[in-house]
Amino acid sequence: MGTKNNAVTLEKSHFQVMLEDFGVPRLMIAGFLLALFIITPFIGINPVRQITNIINRFSWNGVLVLAMVPMIHSGCGLNFGIPLGILAGLLGGTMSIQFGFERFGAPVCFLMAVVIATPFAILLGGGYGWLLNKIKGGEMMIATYVGFSSISFMCMGWLLLPYTAATMVYGLSGNGLRPTISLDGYYGQVLADFLKIRIGRLEIPTGSLLVFVLLAFLMWAFLHTKTGTAMTAVGSNPTFARAAGINVDRIRTLSVVMSTWLGAVGILIYQQGFGFLQLYTAPNNMTMPTVAAILIGGALVNKASISNVIIGTILFQGIVTMTPTVMNTLIHMDMSEVVRQIVSNGMILYALTRKTEGSK
Amino acid sequence: MKKVNDASSGKRVMELVRNNAVPIMFIIISAIFIPMAGLTPGYLVDEIVTRMGRNLFLVLCLLFPIMAGMGLNFAMTLGAMGAEFAIILVADWQIWGIPGVVLAMILSIPFSALLGILCGTLQNMAKGREMIISYIMNYFISGCYLMVVLYMMGPIIPIKHASIMLPRGLGIRNTVSLLNMRQCLDDLLAIRVGGVKIPVLTFILVALLCLFIVWFRRTKLGQDMRAVGQDMQVAKDAGINVDRTRIISVVMSTVFAGFGMVIYLQNIGNLPTYTGHSQIGMFCIAALLIGGASVEKASIGNAFLGVILFHLMFIVAPKAGAFITGDSMVGEYFRVFMSYGIITIALIMYETKKRMNKSRAGRELAEAQKREEGAK
Repeated sequence: MGTKNNAVTLEKSHFQVMLEDFGVPRLMIAGFLLALFIITPFIGINPVRQITNIINRFSWNGVLVLAMVPMIHSGCGLNFGIPLGILAGLLGGTMSIQFGFERFGAPVCFLMAVVIATPFAILLGGGYGWLLNKIKGGEMMIATYVGFSSISFMCMGWLLLPYTAATMVYGLSGNGLRPTISLDGYYGQVLADFLKIRIGRLEIPTGSLLVFVLLAFLMWAFLHTKTGTAMTAVGSNPTFARAAGINVDRIRTLSVVMSTWLGAVGILIYQQGFGFLQLYTAPNNMTMPTVAAILIGGALVNKASISNVIIGTILFQGIVTMTPTVMNTLIHMDMSEVVRQIVSNGMILYALTRKTEGSK
Repeated sequence: MKKVNDASSGKRVMELVRNNAVPIMFIIISAIFIPMAGLTPGYLVDEIVTRMGRNLFLVLCLLFPIMAGMGLNFAMTLGAMGAEFAIILVADWQIWGIPGVVLAMILSIPFSALLGILCGTLQNMAKGREMIISYIMNYFISGCYLMVVLYMMGPIIPIKHASIMLPRGLGIRNTVSLLNMRQCLDDLLAIRVGGVKIPVLTFILVALLCLFIVWFRRTKLGQDMRAVGQDMQVAKDAGINVDRTRIISVVMSTVFAGFGMVIYLQNIGNLPTYTGHSQIGMFCIAALLIGGASVEKASIGNAFLGVILFHLMFIVAPKAGAFITGDSMVGEYFRVFMSYGIITIALIMYETKKRMNKSRAGRELAEAQKREEGAK
């Protein structure tokens, strides 16, 4: 009798371990997404179109989510300061338009946006990394507010900087950028249209995906170089890393700069897919979904891999695109914003309160 | 002898300036902005008195978690949401005036307390990052609040009056008029001094809360809370139930925030259903910090000074911005930037200080060890 009971409890604990490995919320989200997919044909929604949507959104957001990886690896936690990178990207994008690079073709315009954004990203990332080294242990809260204050600072910047391109500034007064700038005729869809595959209703933005794959591969390769290994070491055990002769502060700063630069490139890729440049308070709306996506992919506060990025982005964007369509058809209501808010913040809460990850 | 005195008093002045750098900075900013804005002193005083009545109660409720060492309670918005929920119900039942206000306050208690317990429990699961938990919690519960108010009010939670519902018959309107409740607390016992209306009853409520805080600090529970704030391990060894004490401090904060939100809403006179709570947390925290509080130490005086200075800047910044750049939006963004910036700086100062203390403690420990070895 006793042994039997034992066996049962053992089996249960084994199952529980498996469950814990995968994470209950992740399981729930994956199940929910699957359920949504299963019911689509029955309520008259074309599943192929939904898949196109998800692939599209994946290509927009992939690089932004990838930007989370270096900082998680070096132990700086979730990068709530991604708006800094986004601002660098926006500066690059607006300046590329201002200087009229579209004359040389859309690809050059996009490339120049990346090139111009790079020094800003390095500068901002360097300063931000220096700050984060001063306040080890409290990174996430301060990152959040660094993001907020830089966004509201740039709100003044967008109004006061001497931009003159007619498509970007307010028509009447002639100064101050508009909140939303169309990228038609500049670099909108420039990556997505590269080698675009169309099979019936299925459209695949090959170019954007290729760029994501390239950057993800570079990230993966980097994490396996000497510096990359050092970064992981710094993240998992800073004391040990210091004893091994690694300059902890330098590695952390490097990770922050990488993260910020990827954020800048990420927002440029997002915009070329979305077709609009969004300024002022819009970068605020990018932080939580990005952080939530990588957590849904199974990342911890101090551990993340490329597969986490891919799975997480697909699951999160799947929820975001599927819920409104299905809800609209079923009950004629758009609950997407609410669902997104609950899912993303619930996921972050879950990740932050997980016991296994411990406090540092 | 005199020289020494001078030097020490000079040092004391420097110390005073360093300890109150933030309020002094804001006094200087306001001093520059006020003449630019060109507002009359009467108008300014009137506005500030109104805003003090409106916001002080909310700011004071932040003191409890700081006492327990849990930092700035970004989750005070949970209480605000509880109060909004209660006010919607009260508005639907058409109970107006003072009874409506009192009922809304009483009704908000279970919601705020429940949410407070939830938040405190989560914070106990992630000790050392209470603030980020409370911050994310605020967004999470905000999502749940939207879910309830936008989709469940009507079919699941019965709402009788169509006037506060969206035309589709589901969910609450973007703005619920509280015209019959408007300033009923403020107007009762109000006195006018030279054109400035002083809402005496509201200030009496604020004073009662201040007295409560002063009294509470001396009770057993208040002492426990401070002990927990000083050092959780020591408090635990002394037999204090740390987790319970921390949860109580959060619950007290959210419940009082609920009361504060009712006072705030009756002053405004309408309920912005979906945006009312979103800025409350940030503005209250910024106000407290501008008053010279830090993440681990805040007093009633900080709250009063902070509300005055913060709202002074808030009133004059758009006008001053328009004066400087010819665009009022710049001033608008400037005040938002200032509130975010001040929170950022306070957090940075707190973390650097914590690290410095830690390394100093480490050094002392190492020295003590060395001495012990030497003695051997």
